[in-house]
Order: sequence, then structure tokens, then C-alpha cells
Amino acid sequence: MHGPDAWSGPEGLPHRLARMSSLSRDDVAHLAGLARIELSDAELDRMVGELGVILESVAKVQQAPTDGVAPMSHPMPLTNVTRPDVVRPSLGAGAVLAGAPESEQQRFSVPRILDED
Amino acid sequence: MTDLPTDLTRATAADLAGALASGAISSVEVTQAHLDRIAAVDGQVHSYLHVDEAGALAQARSIDDRRRAGETLGALAGVPIAVKDVMTTKGLPTTCGSKILEGWIPPYDATVVSKLREAGLPILGKTNMDEFAMGSSTEHSAYGPSHNPWDLDRIPGGSGGGSSSVLASFQAPLATGTDTGGSIRQPAAVTATVGTKPTYGGVSRYGLVALASSLDQAGPCGRTVLDTALLHAVMGGHDPMDSTSIDAPVPPVVEAARAASVKGMRVGVVKELGGEGYQPGVRARFDESVALLEELGAEVVEVSCPNFEYALAAYYLILPSEASSNLAKFDAMRYGMRVLPEGIDAPSAEQVMAATRDAGFGPEVKRRIILGTYALSSGYYDAYYGSAQKVRALIAQDFDNAYAQVDVLVSPTAPTTAFKLGDKLEDPMAMYLNDIATIPANLAGVPGMSIPSGLADEDGLPAGIQILAPATKDERLYSVGAALEAALVDRWGGPILDRAPVLGAAAAKGA
Repeated sequence: MHGPDAWSGPEGLPHRLARMSSLSRDDVAHLAGLARIELSDAELDRMVGELGVILESVAKVQQAPTDGVAPMSHPMPLTNVTRPDVVRPSLGAGAVLAGAPESEQQRFSVPRILDED
Repeated sequence: MTDLPTDLTRATAADLAGALASGAISSVEVTQAHLDRIAAVDGQVHSYLHVDEAGALAQARSIDDRRRAGETLGALAGVPIAVKDVMTTKGLPTTCGSKILEGWIPPYDATVVSKLREAGLPILGKTNMDEFAMGSSTEHSAYGPSHNPWDLDRIPGGSGGGSSSVLASFQAPLATGTDTGGSIRQPAAVTATVGTKPTYGGVSRYGLVALASSLDQAGPCGRTVLDTALLHAVMGGHDPMDSTSIDAPVPPVVEAARAASVKGMRVGVVKELGGEGYQPGVRARFDESVALLEELGAEVVEVSCPNFEYALAAYYLILPSEASSNLAKFDAMRYGMRVLPEGIDAPSAEQVMAATRDAGFGPEVKRRIILGTYALSSGYYDAYYGSAQKVRALIAQDFDNAYAQVDVLVSPTAPTTAFKLGDKLEDPMAMYLNDIATIPANLAGVPGMSIPSGLADEDGLPAGIQILAPATKDERLYSVGAALEAALVDRWGGPILDRAPVLGAAAAKGA
């Protein structure tokens, strides 16, 4: 496994966290940011405790006899499943945009995607 | 033909199908009887999130017309069904139990729903569920919990508690479900109904709102093993729109349910499922069922699956990891809710996304997304997600070893009978433990079924027995399930649901 010092990616947790066994309030706030969920202070307070209990429990996977075991990501050993490349009917723009929060000129209308500065 | 009960809602789907085929009753009559029942009792049970009275009756009329015109129809044509709200239905709301999808009307049908329509089953409505199928009680539904018809103060199981309570309160003869860690089987167990999680890939996932794609499996729910098999045959089969769909015919589940034989079968009792933490009454009914299987001609042995003790931990890393990725699509841009953050002029797309996901997701969904985000974080991946994937391989290996010795495995479906609404809501780990016996099958992709094993002595509430088979051998579930069901019903002197309390017919239809 990667040691604590192997961390370098921009989306990783702050370096110091790698040695900690449970999550701090700041860690949960950081994770919520990565997951694009704006948590209130009360939600954060509650989540810290709950996640701590869950993490302690799921850490049990580290006690399993997994030496030399190949990881399994999927129950079926499938590779490169494809459909025949044929034209078939698809949804019209009206049907697709019917569920959109906002649309304009047959397009999804979205808030600004760039920062102003 | 079997004589139908005066109240059509008490009939089995198989008997209704027979009476429809012979012309003794019409689909409009059967469908209307269920709509009337819904109007009378759903205010108490809250199984449905949406009832489509006009649509169901229109489908019923169309089937009646086609039958009168002499068309050859499918075995279940005209038998109405309830659809779990995780499946997209063209023109009908699909919320998945979440506020973030409130009011969303999908532009397409899930493959399962298309198959139901083609087979001529009128869709009565959409059933309640824990938000995005995350839960074991329906208490995580954004629209309020469903209630267990055996005791309205108790949970009907989850996530498919809408479908289980629909069946147990006779608001539909059949229902669909999805099972990621037990969401078909555990609700069946606590309501004395039947439910099957087919082999992974046995039923198409196209058009299902995905929770954890490597674990999710749609399946049939019914009140009898034969009814469940008939629905399994309609729902199953290869779908080019789902790359994980098995390209092979549906296993001969109906034939197996009709033959109902366990003679000469080897049945393994899983040593690790059923000891400490299992309610005595659940355990007692299970032991009796195993003894019955032996009387019916099965050879019963104990089998050890030593790595099952790590299954719950592996599951609660793999599921949140996959869910955190799958639920990223709820971004407030293309469909579903959009909420603007307070106090920000001209907010960015990212700020709108974060505000929407805070307002639109419930606490359990947030918990699991954040847990999954953590488990997949660089520096933690190997310790958590990586280890969980290795445990998954060990569990699949345990199943392989077990099936080298036996044809099927059995265990209690859930450790306890239905608990009281509210009892475990504040304790996520206690809630997760409900699925301790059902989760291994999802991790390995093998099929499983729950059927009623009786009522626990200490509380008079239903308990379930789980049957597990090797991948693609789903028919074995029905052989064992139907044989055991026949012996148990004989012992009980009638269907177990005859003993459920009568629901007051005076209650008004709830919101």
C-alpha cells in the first residue's frame, strides 16, 4: 500500500491525515467539498461522529487474510462487451430537456462555470 | 382451474393468470379490485409513492381487448403489478425515494418496465423505498416510511419496503425489487413474503437508478414461490443495453417451482450465519425449516464460509465507493432539483451543485457519499477499497468451496424480525447489521431467495429463510423454495399471510 508520504495528488487529503485513525471535522468538511455537498455546521458535527464509528467497523477488512489475493472488482469476468454498431432511435431534444431545471434554445441552461477573477 | 377467492386481491398471481386466460375474470376487474384496496388501506401502510389509476386501467382494458380478439398473450397478461420507484417509467414519476428527483418524469422505460408492459402487466404505481436504495427500513425515504402490515409501528424492511408491504397488505399480487445488499430478501423476510435476487446479470440494470453497479440486481417479489418464478421469467433475460447482462436464456425457474422437489439435493447450512446476534425465534423457525428439508429428502450438512465475517465491512466500503461515483450525476444541471445557495450573487455551477446536493440528499445518502469519497482517496485507497476488493475475492472463494460440497446454501434471511420504526434510525451501524446474512451473495454475484419460515415465538412476527445457489443456477432456489413452502403451508394449515392482522378499511388514502 502507499505509505503516508506517497500522497501527492491534488484531490488527496491533506498530508497529515494519513497517520490518523479517524476523521476530524476539517477532514469531513474537506471530503464534503470534494463530493460537492455543502454541509451545515450541525450536519458536519453529526457526521464526524457517525463516520468515525463506521470507519472503525469497516477497518476490519484489514484483518482479513488477504496476502496474495487478487482484488475482485466485479462478479462477472467480462471484458469489452459491445453492441452492434447500428443506428437506432434516440430521444428527441424536447424529451431530454423536459426534465431540465432550466433550458434555452434547445440547450441546458447552467450557472456560470468560470470564476470571475 | 382453482376457485378464486371472492376478494380478488387475496388470490395468487398464478390463479389470477389462470382465471384471466379462461375468461372467468377480466383484467379491468382485477386491476380495479387492487385500486380499491389501495384506496382503502394505503393511508395506513404508505406503500405507494404514486398510484396510476388511469394508466393501470387503460393497460388492463387493452389486454382484455387483445384477449377477446384471440391474441396469444403472456402467462401473466392482465395481472397487475407494483413497480419499485428505482425503475424508470416513461410518463410516470420516478423519485428513487429522493427529494432531488421529486417530480421527475423519465423520458424512457427501464428494460424491466418495458418487459412488464410487453407481457401485459398493468402497472398500478410506484413503490416507496429508502432514498437511492440506501437502507433496511424505508425510513430513509424522503417521502416518509412504509409500515409493516403485521404491525404498523414496525418497519417493512428496506430498501424495498414499499414492495414488500404492498404484497403483505394485498395491494398488488406482484412487485418488482432491486437488491444491492438484501433489499429484496430482507423486506420479504420481515413481511412473510417471497423475494429473489437473481444471479448478477440475470435481469437487466438498464433504466435502474444505479446505487452500486457491481452489486445491484433487480428481481421479482411475490407472495408465493410460483408467483415469484412467473415474474422472474418475465423480468429476466439478456439485454444488449446492459453490458453486464448474461447472454443466456432465463434459468428454468417456473419449471423448478412447479416440480418443487428437493429429493437428493445437498443442502449446506452456513455455520457463520445464524449464531450470535440472531433472535431465538428466527433461529427456531430456521432450524425447523432445515429439519423439514431433510424430511423432504434433502441431505443436510454444515458448511463453513470463514471469510463471511468480513463481508459487512467490505460491503460498506465497496458500496459507498461505487455510490459516490454513481450519484455524481445529480449535479443540478440536466434533470432533477436545482437549488441556489443563499447569500451569493451569481453563484457558480459548482456552488449551485453543492447547495442542491445538500438540499436534495438525505443524511444517509450524504454519509455514504462522503464515506465513499474517503475510501477512494489517494493514500487510503489500498487500505480501504483495495482491501475490500480482496475480501470480496475471498468471499467468492468461500462460495466456490461451499458449492463444491453442496447444491444450495441456507441461512436465516435477517437476524431479527421487524423492529420498531425509529429504533435504529440514529445508529447507522445497527441498521447495517440487518443485511449481514444477505450481503455475501451480492459481493459474489450468486442468486438468493427469501421465503417465510414462520412466526417468531417471542413476538409473533414473520421470520425468513434464505436459500442461496451457485451463479446462473437460479432454478435451484425455486426447487427448494417451492418444496419447503408446500410443506410449511401444509403445517400451518394455509398461507402465513392469512394470520396477518386485518387492516381497517375505513382509512382514507394518505398523501
